[in-house]
Formats: sequence, C-alpha cells, structure tokens
Amino acid sequence: MTGGGNIVARRPFPAAAKEKLADAQLRANLRRATHTIRDKRLRVVAEVPDWEALRVAGAAIKDDVLSRLPELLEQFEAAATAAGAVVHWARDAAGAAALVTDLVRATGATEVVKVKSMATQEIGLNEELEAAGIAAVETDLAELIVQLAGDTPSHILVPAIHYNRSQIRDIFARNGLTALTDDPPALAEAARRHLRAKFLSAKVAISGANFAVAESGTLAVVESEGNGRMCLTLPETLISVVGIEKLVPTFRDLEVFLQLLPRSSTGERMNPYTSLWTGVTPGDGPQTVHVVLVDNGRTDTLADDVGRQALRCIRCSACLNVCPVYERVGGHAYGSVYPGPIGAILSPQMSGEGANHTLPYASTLCGACYDACPVRINIPEVLVHLRQTGPHPAAERAAMRALSWTMRSRRRYAAALRAARRGAAPLRWVTGGTVRRLPWPMSAWTAARDAPLPPKQTFREWWARERS
Amino acid sequence: MKIALFVTCVNDLVFPDTGKAVVRVLERLGHTVEFPAGQSCCGQMHANSGYRAEALPLARNFVETFDPYDAVVAPSGSCVAMVRDSYPRLVPGSASVAGRTYELSELLVDVLGVTDVGAAFPHRVTYHPTCHGLRMLRLGDRPRALLRAVRGLELIDLPGAEECCGFGGTFAMKNAGVSGAMLADKCDAIVDTGAEYVAAVDNSCLAHIGGGLSRHDAGAKPIHYAGILAAS
Amino acid sequence: MVPREYEVARAPDDLVEMLVDRLVDYKATVRRCSVEGLGGVLAEVLAGTERIVAPSGVPEGWLSAYQGEVLRDEPRPLAVADLDAPGVAVVTGCAVAVAETGTLILDAGPDQGRRALTLVPDHHICVVHSGQIVGGVPQALRRLADPTRPLTLVSGPSATSDIELNRVEGVHGPRRLDVVIVDR
Repeated sequence: MTGGGNIVARRPFPAAAKEKLADAQLRANLRRATHTIRDKRLRVVAEVPDWEALRVAGAAIKDDVLSRLPELLEQFEAAATAAGAVVHWARDAAGAAALVTDLVRATGATEVVKVKSMATQEIGLNEELEAAGIAAVETDLAELIVQLAGDTPSHILVPAIHYNRSQIRDIFARNGLTALTDDPPALAEAARRHLRAKFLSAKVAISGANFAVAESGTLAVVESEGNGRMCLTLPETLISVVGIEKLVPTFRDLEVFLQLLPRSSTGERMNPYTSLWTGVTPGDGPQTVHVVLVDNGRTDTLADDVGRQALRCIRCSACLNVCPVYERVGGHAYGSVYPGPIGAILSPQMSGEGANHTLPYASTLCGACYDACPVRINIPEVLVHLRQTGPHPAAERAAMRALSWTMRSRRRYAAALRAARRGAAPLRWVTGGTVRRLPWPMSAWTAARDAPLPPKQTFREWWARERS
Repeated sequence: MKIALFVTCVNDLVFPDTGKAVVRVLERLGHTVEFPAGQSCCGQMHANSGYRAEALPLARNFVETFDPYDAVVAPSGSCVAMVRDSYPRLVPGSASVAGRTYELSELLVDVLGVTDVGAAFPHRVTYHPTCHGLRMLRLGDRPRALLRAVRGLELIDLPGAEECCGFGGTFAMKNAGVSGAMLADKCDAIVDTGAEYVAAVDNSCLAHIGGGLSRHDAGAKPIHYAGILAAS
Repeated sequence: MVPREYEVARAPDDLVEMLVDRLVDYKATVRRCSVEGLGGVLAEVLAGTERIVAPSGVPEGWLSAYQGEVLRDEPRPLAVADLDAPGVAVVTGCAVAVAETGTLILDAGPDQGRRALTLVPDHHICVVHSGQIVGGVPQALRRLADPTRPLTLVSGPSATSDIELNRVEGVHGPRRLDVVIVDR
C-alpha cells in the first residue's frame, strides 16, 4: 500500500463514474470498441484447443515467480549485467522517475522517444522528464493521440479508446498533423510522417517490458506498429522500466505467454512485432542498456496471500474489454493508470492513498473478468477480499450488524419477517405491488427502478399454515 | 431422498410464490420436500459487501440447519454459489453440505434426471442467465432445457444475454448510476425480443430488472423460472 | 511445479498451407516456389525496386536474376539514411516460421543481419524454406540456436489497432511484407 505515482484515485469512483456516464459520445465510443474486441478475442481463443491448459500453466508460472521473487530478481540482475546491461533498483514511483531522469540527463539528450509502457506511466516519468527540460515523445499511436490531446490514457492497451476516428483527426489537426480523411489508414500515415524523423535521430529511448527472463536477463516488448522496434533498435541508449513482477524464470516460459497475451489483448493470433534483447549486442542496437526494476507497492501486494494473484497480471486488458462497468464509464473514472477490474484490485493494493478504497466496489462481481483472464486471476474473489478491510460507512456497518444479529436467531428472524411484511402492508394498499419512491437509503434503489413490496404472507407463514 | 428447501431470505419475505413453486414442482414429481424452520440467510450480502465476520454466524447456521439432509435445493443461483464457493473456506467442515446444495435446475436435471416437469405455460418467454448461475455455478443450458420442455412456451433468445443486468447486490445502491445504465441496456434488449416474460434463476436480479421494466412501463414482466415450471 | 498440460508439438495437416493462410490474413503477400525457381520469383517480387539491402548470409544465388543494385551491410555497416532512402527493399531469410500464428522469427543470423536492416526499409521480402516451418510457438522457440541473440518475431506487416480497435496495416515498420516459401 506504500506505492505512489499515477495509481491513486483522487475522487471516489461513484462520483467520477457519474460524470463519465453523462458523456453519451464516450459511452458510444467505448461500447463500439469493447464489443469489437470481445468478439475478436472469442474467435481467436476458440481456435486454440489447449487454451485452458495454457491459462493454468500461465498462472502457475507467475505464482512460482511470486513465491521466489527475491531469488529470481537477483538471478535476472546477474544475467543482465553479464550481458552488458546496467541494472538499477527503485523502491517507489518518485525514486524510479528521478533515477531515469538522471540517466537521461547524463546522456545530454533533451528529447527521448518512448515505447508505450504502463510502468513509466505509473511512475509519472513524462511529468518528471518535462520538469527537467526533457521532451518525452510517445510513439505508440494511441499514446501519441492522448499526449497530443493533453489527456491521460483510459485503457491499458488502447489508451485512446475513448476517442473515435473523427475526434482523433481533430486532435491531429490542432497539433499540425494533417490527415486527408478520418479513415484509420490516413490517420496512421499522418502519425508515421510525424514520428519518422524523431525515430531516426533519437539518441535515447525509454521502454517498459512485457516479460523479463530471469535465467538470461532477456527483456521482451510486444507491440504492433514497429514504433517499439524503432525505439529498441536505433538509439544509442535504451532505458527500460520494469515492474518486478514482470519476471518469468526461463526463456521456455515465454512459449506460454506469447500464446496467451496476443489473443487476449488485441484478439490476434500473434501481434505484428515482438522484440527480445539481452543486454548489449555489439553492432546491433543500443550500446548502452539500462534496466530499472521498480517495486512501488508490489512487495506490499505480495504480502497478501489472497490479493497477490493480482501480480500475475500481464496487462492484456481482456478484463477491461469484457467488463460491463468499464464499458459504461471508461478508464478515467478509476483514477489510476490501471483501470477496469484489474485496476480495481491492483491500485488499492499498491497504494492506500486517495480514494483507492472505493475501487473494490466498482464491480457487480459478475465474473466476466475472471473468465477472460489469461492467467486466471480470480478478480471477484480479490474484490470481495479487499472489501473486508473497509473503511465502511457507519450507518451501513450498523445495519449489516443488526441484520446479521437478527438473522442468526430463528425467533428474531421470524419476528423480523413478520414485522417487515406488516410494515409494507399500508404501502401495498396504496400502490399495489410496487413502489416508485422510497426514503433513504432505499432511495438509491428507486432512483432507477421500482421496488417490489412483500406480499401478505411470508413463505414460512404459508408453510406453517399449509404443511405442518 | 430427503430434500430440504432453502427458500432464501429474499424469497421468504418478498417472493414467497417462488418457494411455493419449488414445492409444487418437486411434489408433482413425487418427492417430499421439507422446510427446516431454523433457516435464515446464507450471508452472501454480508460477505460480498465486506462484512465477512457478520456473514459467519449465518453460514454456520446454514450448515447446522441443512447438514442432516441428502440434498438442499434453493431457487437462487447466487445463494447457492455463496454456499458452494465460499462456505468451504469460511466454515470448517462445510464442504459436504455445500456439495449437496443445488440450484433448482441442477437438482432437477443432474440429481433427479428430469427435464420435462409436466408444466404448461402458453406464453412468449425470454431467459436472462444471471451471472452467478452462469459463471460460478456453470448452469449452462439446464434452465433453458427445462423451459423448452414446458408445453406452450415459446423461448426467445435474448441478445447479449450473458451481460450482467447491473444488480450486483449493494452495487445497485453504491454505484446506482452505473447500475442504472446497465439496467437500461438489459431492459432494452428484453423489450426488443417482444417477450411477455423475462425469466431467470434469481429473484434479486429479477427484482432489479422488473423494477426497471415497470419504471418504463414496458410490457415484459419478470418471472422466476420456478413459477413457470410450477404452472399447469 | 508448473503443470504443462498444453500442447508442445502442434501438428496441423499441412504446415505450409496454414502458414500461408495466416500470413494472407495479416495482409502479407505470399508466393511459393521450388529451390530452382527462387531466383526468378525474387526478381519478380523486386521488379521495379532499384536498390535492395541484403545481409551477408543471403546467397548470391537468391539474387541471380535481380537487375538492381544490391547494398551489403559489410564491411562497413550501412547508414540509417541508406536504409531509409525511398524505394529500398530488404531481402532476408529467417530462423524459423510458426504456421499457427503466421510468425517469422528473425534471430540476427547471417541471412537476416542486424535488426535495423529489416526495420527501416519500407519493404521486407522474407524467404522461408519449408523445413523451417513448425506448427506452434513452443516448437519455434525451442528451435532457436541462441535465445540471447536479438530476436524479432514478425507477424505480418506493421499494423495498429489503436483507432476504434480496428486493425489497420502499415505504420512504422515495413508496410509491405512479401514472403516467399521455398518447397523442398
């Protein structure tokens, strides 16, 4: 709970969600995009006969990593160092951002190109670089859109999911990028022209990593556009910011994740490009390679034996895409770079700050996320687990206690049922079977729907009369 | 076989007809049903809202009350999911009775081997698979198979059926706005089918859906599928 | 212990056919030929291309019928500007290909060269020998001689799904990918 950076919700989820619900364009964009990706994911998952076995293996590999993380991290450090990389450690977001900024400053560069990376968003790196007079150029198309719009990402995989094509063309136009039409190919072409010179001249690149192989010190970046390859190949210096849970023990383990990740995230059999590199290769790619390993609340999360499964996450976004709550409100409502179901269990475990305690309630516990998760994170289980720690509103706590006290005694319970049935009698007489408005706290119910009223006889009264 | 009915607290007070329907269906098939009077609530609302300590005595009471029976049947997917999924971790020694606790369609199809319960219901019905029945109990086609065997019933597919209706227990109050948005989409899908009734295995979800339909004076009415299976 | 009940050796009926199907699905262009026919097919694919880059391990025989200029990366490595010049294509082999996912794996072997060669030019022609094709990802990764060499897994031309989650081909990597499968 001691992590910081951009994983802290500043407003309670219900308030932030209410505001987003009012944005009809946003809801239409999200609905269209999430439904498109859902169908694609289902199609490509269905064609893999051993999908469930892959999920089980993926979960087990990650659990193994979490059970011996310190040992594997040291193994990674030794292997990467032997291969020519410089490994750094950062306890929290601020420390990591300062460390990376110092590394960039030491190169003398005033502009860096960036591969899309959740870890750098998490630690607030762009803000820190900007404060140091270093321009960070996001090169992933969606990240570029969000950066040009002066906005923040709203989805792990597709940060600009909340914009449609014509909104994107407007954002480009405001920033001097011309696209002939709002067709996605024309927009992609505009981004290519804008970024080409930057790729070819950049001295420093910053990336994250999807996987870090402990035995060899290898890092992997999974991407689509080739912006990742540009950043990982052409500059002289490469700095990769990696959460400590990104480890897999062996190269062989990638055979599981390189099947699970693309099908779960973009709904493709394989993403266009995956790059793997191990330290420095003479004559090929960056000759100065840094790896910054970041904790930022992960060790705290590891200490909770129910909650730690959240650290299996490989950031595929499948849970966001199937979540009915995410679909209605989008990522910004969660107030963290990790939105949706996974964010609702990850953010509050990594950081206890702000309104993060409201996030575990941002779910109906419908379970669609658990079914979609390629590493079988039982998100509903963790949500319920995190709800136990509160804080709980005083009135709710009193009501829950009273209800439990009443219901645990047969006599008290039967009396309470009778009382409730009698209490509803006058209402029933006035309104028939349903009510349109009830006083607080039931007013939250009748705001959107009518409420049914108890009939004249409870079931147990009927049973006592008819059957015994 | 000694079958006990766990009617659930919501049904006991608000939807007693559903309990009566279960009794009628099972008796029509020649079984005797008992109603242990010591029962109250499974504790799901408490546990899922963050009050596991308050849920614990209720769970213990359930285990004590129902342990003597061969089978426990409940007309609620979510209450059965609570018993089967959470009790073994919550109450030591509860795994056995948890394993003998069935949602109605499981008891009928799997334990009693029946899909035609001899019902007649000459209406157009669409079916909403509630989340806990669908994804925790994996009820699959069982409820629909039972409905298809009902004489006169026309079962209409519900587009987007597997999407949550937005109820989610206290979610409906804590995040009323999002819940309402999900409800509106579910109601639209139901109305578009032209069905007279929307059936489900959970009265709590149905109260939410029915409240939405009634608020917008939509023609479709909510009905617990036990009520359909009891009709003749 | 990690349960590994998943399939390690995937064996589709026809590896080549499946690879072709997947590549075409990614909007790559695929041609098939015999060992003898390769030079002619490459010349056809490269018709109209004035200049190509070929790593040192690409045999002269592949390019025997090609009329344009061939740039080699050694003894002096080519400048990025040479690679980025308009109309430049790159011809390489690959280490292994995955039928099920339509993936070509480059491991910086002599017929593939350093990573920039297959990245900066806008047109990549990759030659795959049918014996290099395996069924699934596990088989492919296990075939790599040294996984610590720089690896690039290529599945179709560069693409993005960032706008409304629809896939669009052609962003920063080579926008045109031609695959020539050589049957043995």
